[in-house]
Parts: sequence; C-alpha cells; structure tokens
Amino acid sequence: MPVYNFKKMSPVPSAPDLIDIVLMRTQRRTPTVIHPGYKINRIRSFYMRKIKFTQQTISERLSKMLTDFPRLNDIHPFYADLCNTLYDRDHYKLALGQLNTARSLVDQIARDMIRMVKYADSAYRCKCLKRAALGRMCTVLKRQKASLAYLEEVRKHLSRLPSLDPNTRTILMCGLPNVGKSSFMNKITRGNVDVQPYAFTTKSLFVGHCDYKYLRWQVIDTPGILDHSLEQRNTIEMQAIIALAHLTCSVLYFCDPSEQCGYTVEQQCSLFRSIKPLFANKQLIIIVNKVDQLPWDEVQPEKREMIEDLGRDANCSIMTMSNISEHGVSAVKAAACDKLLEKRVDARVAGKKVDGVMNRLQVFHPTPRDGVHRQAHIPDSVKQAVADGRIGSADHKPKRSRKGYAETVDDIDKNDEDATMDVSGQLKTARDLMWENGGPGVWAPDYREQYDLKDKDWRFDAIPEIMDGKNIADFVDPDIEKKLAELEDEEEQLLEELAAQRMGEEPDSDLDSEEEAAVAAIRDRKKIIKNISQANRSENKPVLPRSIRGRTKDKHDRGDRNKDVVKDKMERLGVDASIMIKRGRSLDKTRGRKRGISVSRDVEMDNSNDSPGTEISKTQTKKQRRSRSEAAKREASISRGHSRPRDPSQIGLHSDAAVEAAKKLEKQGRRMWEGGAGEGDNRKAVHLVRWMNTGKKRNGTHYCR
Amino acid sequence: MLFVRNDSKRFRFCRSKCHRNFNKKRNPRKVAWTKAYRRTRGKEMAVDSTFDFEKRRNRPVKYDRGLMGKTIVAMRRVEEIQQTRDARFFENRMQDAKAEKKKQARVEIEKSIELLAPAVANREEVMRNVIDSAKSRIAARKKSSNKLTTTPNSAMVEG
Repeated sequence: MPVYNFKKMSPVPSAPDLIDIVLMRTQRRTPTVIHPGYKINRIRSFYMRKIKFTQQTISERLSKMLTDFPRLNDIHPFYADLCNTLYDRDHYKLALGQLNTARSLVDQIARDMIRMVKYADSAYRCKCLKRAALGRMCTVLKRQKASLAYLEEVRKHLSRLPSLDPNTRTILMCGLPNVGKSSFMNKITRGNVDVQPYAFTTKSLFVGHCDYKYLRWQVIDTPGILDHSLEQRNTIEMQAIIALAHLTCSVLYFCDPSEQCGYTVEQQCSLFRSIKPLFANKQLIIIVNKVDQLPWDEVQPEKREMIEDLGRDANCSIMTMSNISEHGVSAVKAAACDKLLEKRVDARVAGKKVDGVMNRLQVFHPTPRDGVHRQAHIPDSVKQAVADGRIGSADHKPKRSRKGYAETVDDIDKNDEDATMDVSGQLKTARDLMWENGGPGVWAPDYREQYDLKDKDWRFDAIPEIMDGKNIADFVDPDIEKKLAELEDEEEQLLEELAAQRMGEEPDSDLDSEEEAAVAAIRDRKKIIKNISQANRSENKPVLPRSIRGRTKDKHDRGDRNKDVVKDKMERLGVDASIMIKRGRSLDKTRGRKRGISVSRDVEMDNSNDSPGTEISKTQTKKQRRSRSEAAKREASISRGHSRPRDPSQIGLHSDAAVEAAKKLEKQGRRMWEGGAGEGDNRKAVHLVRWMNTGKKRNGTHYCR
Repeated sequence: MLFVRNDSKRFRFCRSKCHRNFNKKRNPRKVAWTKAYRRTRGKEMAVDSTFDFEKRRNRPVKYDRGLMGKTIVAMRRVEEIQQTRDARFFENRMQDAKAEKKKQARVEIEKSIELLAPAVANREEVMRNVIDSAKSRIAARKKSSNKLTTTPNSAMVEG
C-alpha cells in the first residue's frame, strides 16, 4: 500500500521564474555562435535547434508538474475529499488543465516556427523567427501565472499534511470542541498537540502513533465538530467529517457531562444523532470524559439517561475516563483497539487471502498428560520463616549490604527484629570465615576438608606423583593386584621354559680353565697396550728441528758404504778393493751425468795409457780425438736436453758448479726459516665478523653460534 | 622441553640432541640411537605384558591410601621383571654369535700368546702367574652372575 508521499513534489516556480529558467537553459545548452557567412543549412539547423530545445524544456517541466500533483480520481477517497475540502477540487483541476493546455500550445508554436525556419533564406530571417518563437512560448507561460502560484500554494500545503495510511489500524477521536480529544491524543501518543481553552485550537487533522499488542496504531485527532448541517460546515469541520466518512477505524465519541466545554449534554447528544450515519461501519465507543471534574455517579440522572440512550441506540459501550487523573485511559485504548482488531480479523478471515495463511497456522493447547498435581517445592526452613513472619510481606525490602551481595552476619543489627537472616550462626558461610580470619588474600578456606573419600583420615595425605622417573598416576589401577599376580605367573612360566631349554644346551665354552685364563689375560694385555699407545700419542711433546727430524742416522756414524769400511771388509775376505773404491769415487763424481759414457771414456784413456806397445797412426789419433770431442759435445748437448729427469731447481743452470752454488744458497736461505713460523703460519683471529653480526635476527637459528 | 604443533599434538624432548634432530625432520625410525629404531629393528623388546601397566587412564580414580601403596610396590616389581626380560631378550638375540665367540677365543690364544711373554726365559712362569690371576677373576665374576640367575644347573657352569 503506497503511503502518499506529498513531500517529494518538486516546487512549482512562479511564471517569471519559469521563463528565466527556460531561457537560460536554452542559452547554456545550445551553441551560441553563428556567422552569416555559414551555409544556409547550418544556420537553419542552428536556429531550429534552439526553438526545439526551448520547447522541450518547457514541455518537460510542465509534464513533471502535472505528474507530481495527485490526480484526485486516482487516490484514496479520503485524500480526494480532503484535497477537495482544502483546495477546491474544481479550482485544482482547472489549474492543472491550464498547465496542460499551455504545454500543448508551446508544442504547437514550436512546430509551426520550425517549419517556417526550414524555408528561411537568410540568417537574419532565421533569427527573427527564432525570436518570435521563443517570445510566443514565454507569453504562454506568462499567462499561467495565476495557476502556477495556486499550485505552489497547494503543494506547500499538501507537503505539510500528516502522512496518513488510510488502510492501517486507526483510532479516530471526534466530538464537540474542547471535550478533551487532543488531551487524550497527547496522553496515548508521543504527539504534542496544542491544547487550549478556546474552541478550534485544533484546526486540522493530527496523526499520532501508539502501540498495542505488538502492533502500530494510528491515532487521528480531529478538529471539533459543531452541530449544523453539512452545507454550513467550514473547511476545518469538513476535515473531521471526511476522516470520519472515509477511514475504517475505531471511533471514540467524546462526551463531556460536566459541560466544561461550553456545550450542554443535549447539544452533544443532538450532534451525535446528526453524525450517526457516519458511524455506519465503524466500531464506536462513547467516552465520558472529564470524570475527575464530575464523577459519573454525580452526574444528574437525566443527563446520564440521555447518554445511555445514545449508547443503546447506537448499540455501543460507554466508558468513563479522565485525562488529568489518567483514570481509565489505558482501558479506553485497549477497548478501542480490541474492537477494531476483531473486526479486521473477521474481515480477513471472510476474505480470500486467508486460506494461504490458515494452512500455516496451528494452535496448540497444552493438555495435562496425567492426573498428578505437581506443586512448587518450598524448603521447610522457608515455610517456617514464613510462619514466623520473618519473610513474606510484599512491602518488606531487604537491607543493602556493603558488598552488594546477600546479607552477612556483620550487616545485621543484633537488635533489629526485622532481620531476615538467622543470626544464630547456623549458616556461617566460607566468606564469613574468611573475613574473620583476615580477609581475601590472607586466608582462604582449605578445600581438602570437603574431600569425599572412603576414609576421612586420608583427606590431608600428600599424594606421591613421581617415582623412579615414572608417573605413579600412569600405574594406578583398581585391578593392579590382580594384574600383578598374572604377571608373576607369566614370569614363572617363562623361567621354567627357559630352564628346560638350557638343560639341552651345550656348555657355554669348550675351553678348559687354563685356556680361558689365557684368553682373559691376553685381552687384558691388549687393553693395556692400547691405552699406553694412546697415551704416547699425545701431541704435547717438544718438536725436533727439521734438519734432524727426518734423520734416522747419527751424524757421526759413517755407516756401511764408505771407503774405509769397504776396504776393511774386503781385506778380511782377501779381495783387492782398490778397483771398487775407484769405481765408487767415479760414480760419486758423475752423479749428475750419464754414467755409461764417462766410464767408457775413462776406460779408453786408461787403455791408451796402459798398452804402450800398440802404435796408433796420426790420423787414428786425430780420429780418436775428434770422436772424443764430438762425444763430449754430444754429451753436453744431451745433458742440455731433457732426456734425463732433472731437478726443477736446476733448470737453466749450465754446469755442476752452478748447480752446487745454487744448492748452497738455497741451504743458506732455508736456515733462517727453519723452526720458525712462515707467512702462511700466522692466523689472524677476527673477533667481529661483519657477516655474522649484522642483519636482523628473526626467529634465531641454531647453526651459527 | 615441550613443543606443541598446530594440530595440537605435543612433543616432549629430553635434550637438545633430540630436539635438533626433530627440527631437521629426521624420522626416528631411521636414526640408529633412538628407541623407536631399536624397537622396530627388533633390537629391544617391543611387545610385552609389562608395558600394559604403564598406560594413560582418562578416568580419575578416587584417592585410596591402600591402593597407592599397592601401586608403588607393583611399580617396583614390574620394573624388575621388565629388566630381567630385557636381559633374556638380549641373550636370545646374541644366541647365534656364541659359536663364533668360542672360535674367536681359540684363535686369539694362538695369535697373541706372545703378548703375555715378555722374555723367552721367564715365559712359562709369567704366563702361569697371569693365568692364575685371570682364573681367580673369572671365578669371582661367575659367582656374582650365579646369584642373579636362578638356574638350578649353575654348578655345571662353574666346572
């Protein structure tokens, strides 16, 4: 159901304003520059565009207005009538009609002028046509001045109307002026309606909301109605009548027997009768108001009779209430709401939509499952206390204890007879004890006292937890004895089996005692030797110098291979050793050269010396000399070549003397370094290493200490 | 230390050696010095009725002084039995090596008898001294081992 939203209507500008708006828009939104030198088509389209644009703007605006304003035929009759009353339906329709005509007139103008521009032959003519068109359109608008003004007023008023939903639950108040309708409204709802002693304080309908049975109810306050015929009613009263006429609601007719409103009861009754036809389909309750001024019983019986007559005629109930003393206000509200609810529910049930809902509803009524009557359990001590009178009176308020909890012994004045707690000490709580013994933090109750064990003596035992590296709790088992017995049996069995097995086995070893002793002794000896050698392997002994380290011989021990020893040995055996010695010497000399050639050379020389008899011719001696020199050269060249492995320190040295000199120098140089540390021997310990000590330490790692 | 994993499984370590190996994600069944390895490879007892005594029981038992005493006594006895069974298991395992060991003893005598004799002259005498002392030591050892075992045929072993 749409809630009529009259607040969303856009404001209606006045005629001059509208003209301004339209023309300025045209100027802004269409191109403005044109030259007579352009092609005629271009000029024509330029001006046509302007005219069209203006026409469009006006048309849009007027259409919007026309759609904004509600059409009185389409809305709820309540609103239609309301608008009629307030704004005069004819006038309203006329205004809107005129706007409509204006719109079509503007369209027509635009059409005609555009057609004319199509045949214009110069820029000037186009311009004139455009001026004419726009001028005519604006004149049309100027003539709507009155309508626009009226519509603006209507819009303003409409937007201020209370948002009433004509279809929801409503309570309506009616009656003569000053009877107390607005006060009642103030009482039930949050609305703050003006209440004044003069008549027609409320000049229009006011809407408030209240809650009842988890539903929202609309409460409508109307202006007072006077008792005259319909034609004579003014706008204000008409509003009330319209509301009465069109809204299905619960009507509360207010009566004031005290006649404080200024009207007699007869007048009120006659008013009631005259608007009775309006109450046709509505739930009616006659409210007798201002009971605080004049209680219903004190009202004169004739007046009472009249009012009761009304009730009988209309077949409705009469209720008394007072706004000031609030007596009966909620009863009235409840009654009104209930009546309307009933009616609405009946209407719904009778309608078609109900079936869909009824299938989903199921109401359960709890039924007793057996005849047993179950009463609330009240402890005896409480019953006793109630009998004694200590507890039970509804007006008794317990004293507040300083800790905010239940009363304690300290809170009770010993002489106070109204005290609810038993002071005799029967119910001393742990908290009391705590306070007695020093307070929280100083003393706490020993919970071990509460232990529930088979034997009271065990309560304060120190329970062992660990033994021999195992948890005792892992072994604790009620059947442990039984299990242990089983285990012992098992073990016995195993041992018997083992013994039986061993009977049929060979003895451990087949060595006799001596041999066994020998083995043991050998093993012990081996161990000892091992230990000694391990001890001797220690690296803390003093180090021999290098010159001596490799040497196994004594410097002064000449050994077996020198001249004198050989000579001695051979002479003892009876052998001439001179050849041997010579050979040895020559070998010694030619250590750096090929032995074969030098030996042959010496032999040749010796041969030539030894045998004087043989004569050699000159050519032969020359030949011999040449061959010898060539041999020597060959030797030298060979010695210079790489047919023999050479000491790398002697490459490039041309003679033995040079080799010897080089060796000598090397030895001299080496002497300085022996036993001392070299360049490679100095290790610099760096204490702060950059790569180790920089960077963020995240989740420290193990691998780098 | 105690390590709790995201799946709320708890791991306890006795020392950093175990902790480090765990962090390296090594499978204990493959690392030779762990109990898990020894058990899976059959080097130590894996199934035995004595293991059922130490079990986590989720039902708490009300304290009972007598039961506590019995439990402590039972714990000790179970430990003893477990140890004897362990020893038996080890012996069983080493059965096949007995013959080998006998042979080795003979070989050792043949090979290394010289160790006992420092000089040729005193050789026999020295040997005899050494052998005597060794004999006495062996006898002493046998006696102490006989006390532990309950074989009725211990007399035979002594020879």
